Amino acid sequence: MTPARARLNEILVTLPSAGWLAVLFVVPALIVVAISFKPTDPLGGAGAGWTLDTLKSLGNPNYPAILWRTLWLSITTTALCILLATPVGYCLARLEKKWRQMVLLLVVVPFWTSFLIRIFAWKMLLHPEGIIKQALAGLGIVSPETPLLYNQWAVLLVMVYTFLPFAILPVYAAAEKFDFRLIEAARDLGARRFQAFCRVFLPGIRRGLFTALLIVFIPALGSYVIPDIVGGPGAEMLGNKIAQRVFVDRNLPHACALSLLLILAVLLPLTAVLALQGAREKARPIIEEGA
Amino acid sequence: MKRSLVPYCVTAAILVFFYLPILVLVVNSFNTSRFGGSWEGFSLVWYSRLLNHREIWHALTNSLVIAVSSSIVSVLLGTTAALALHRYATRLQKAHYMLIYTPLIMPEILMGISMLLFFIAAGMQLGLFTIFLAHVTFCISFVAMVVLGRLQDFDFSIIEAAQDLGANWWQATWKVLVPLLMPGLVAGGLLAFTLSIDDFVITFFVAGPGSTTLPIRIYSMIKHGSPPLINALSTILLAVTFAAVYISQHLLEDKT
Repeated sequence: MTPARARLNEILVTLPSAGWLAVLFVVPALIVVAISFKPTDPLGGAGAGWTLDTLKSLGNPNYPAILWRTLWLSITTTALCILLATPVGYCLARLEKKWRQMVLLLVVVPFWTSFLIRIFAWKMLLHPEGIIKQALAGLGIVSPETPLLYNQWAVLLVMVYTFLPFAILPVYAAAEKFDFRLIEAARDLGARRFQAFCRVFLPGIRRGLFTALLIVFIPALGSYVIPDIVGGPGAEMLGNKIAQRVFVDRNLPHACALSLLLILAVLLPLTAVLALQGAREKARPIIEEGA
Repeated sequence: MKRSLVPYCVTAAILVFFYLPILVLVVNSFNTSRFGGSWEGFSLVWYSRLLNHREIWHALTNSLVIAVSSSIVSVLLGTTAALALHRYATRLQKAHYMLIYTPLIMPEILMGISMLLFFIAAGMQLGLFTIFLAHVTFCISFVAMVVLGRLQDFDFSIIEAAQDLGANWWQATWKVLVPLLMPGLVAGGLLAFTLSIDDFVITFFVAGPGSTTLPIRIYSMIKHGSPPLINALSTILLAVTFAAVYISQHLLEDKT
């Protein structure tokens, strides 16, 4: 096959997917960027001409509060998910094969069911007449007037519930490859159980923890349905504001400017984690190789 | 050496956390009470109302049409993408890989708003067709990643052997490559189907009047409708999922 012919073949196999994504992914993204430089049309949609006013309006006192809430909820969700996923990953990796597969299946199966239904299930549990509310009020832990629904804590709870399996899978994948004799060695050398866990096991599954971090944090930042269903006006996130600007106010330039803010919020931690990971891999050999 | 029991207890507690809401939902679907705070007797009334709810069946049909068509197209596009990425190591493929990878990390709401603006700019009528286009767009990357994983341990000398034995390009593709890649294609297709049938956020942005899918119908029922009806619908969907998992596990066991 001549080089020109090989090149033509390559282009022919690349074109269908690359072309589709160029038209339906890249062009739409560019439109979002373009419209955020457009003035608002009071009749809805984007006005004529170009302006920086739309981007400047992000300084509007409402927005920083929502941005901070979005970051706060996403960071806390990610931290809790990793905190809970680590012992589960450890446990899964140490279980016998037969049990391991069963528990793994149990972790994954509920999440093949509709995402909306799982949020709805929590809405019913936290509902003033739902069983959690009644149980807590019955035990005197909360007063009957305390609302469990429509606040930030409800959003946090349901976010952790939704994203936890996505954290468990990469942590487990890393823990499965971990050589548990290293922990025994650390213990023989005098480390306490917790010390061995923190200083041998955690560095050993570092890659899994990084993956879990990204796989939870990025979609958490873009959350829209969870705060919409279990959060109230006081628990709005960036995603809700974008949807509100599109569907309620029909203010597309503002929606696009907020979308740019969200893209920025996604890209900054992503590049930071990837750079950190890259630097670490170069700086010292991975623990398994030394073992 | 004695192992700590803490991880095992945490795992057990998390499984309870995962299943408790689902269990309550299923139990309540048989409850006569409207809010499910207390048990007021067994009944199938919500199921019979659900069966007569014509809008739900209409939405389910829409969802199935979109899921089947978009998973077929995304398997075709995702597979060619994976073949190109695996076969060639050029700068074009580096860019191609970026293009395939970025949709995976893009929050859904951003894909939704950007495609909505694109469809408006292109003057397209929002409806089932725009939903189909959007679903193919986010499924291609997932399919490409699944097939690419399969290709990593695929032996391409088999294709060369087929060609040495006289197969032309078409025969080598359809009689050797595709059958051998079939598990990857099926896995990618099933993933695309699941993602499509469950997608709410992107669909919500690009749907038009008369193109309600099942998740959109469920969302409006959660917002405005009757909770017990959703309980009954959820129980049916859960039963379908569990049956599908059970059957696929059974098939896997028989093969190995």
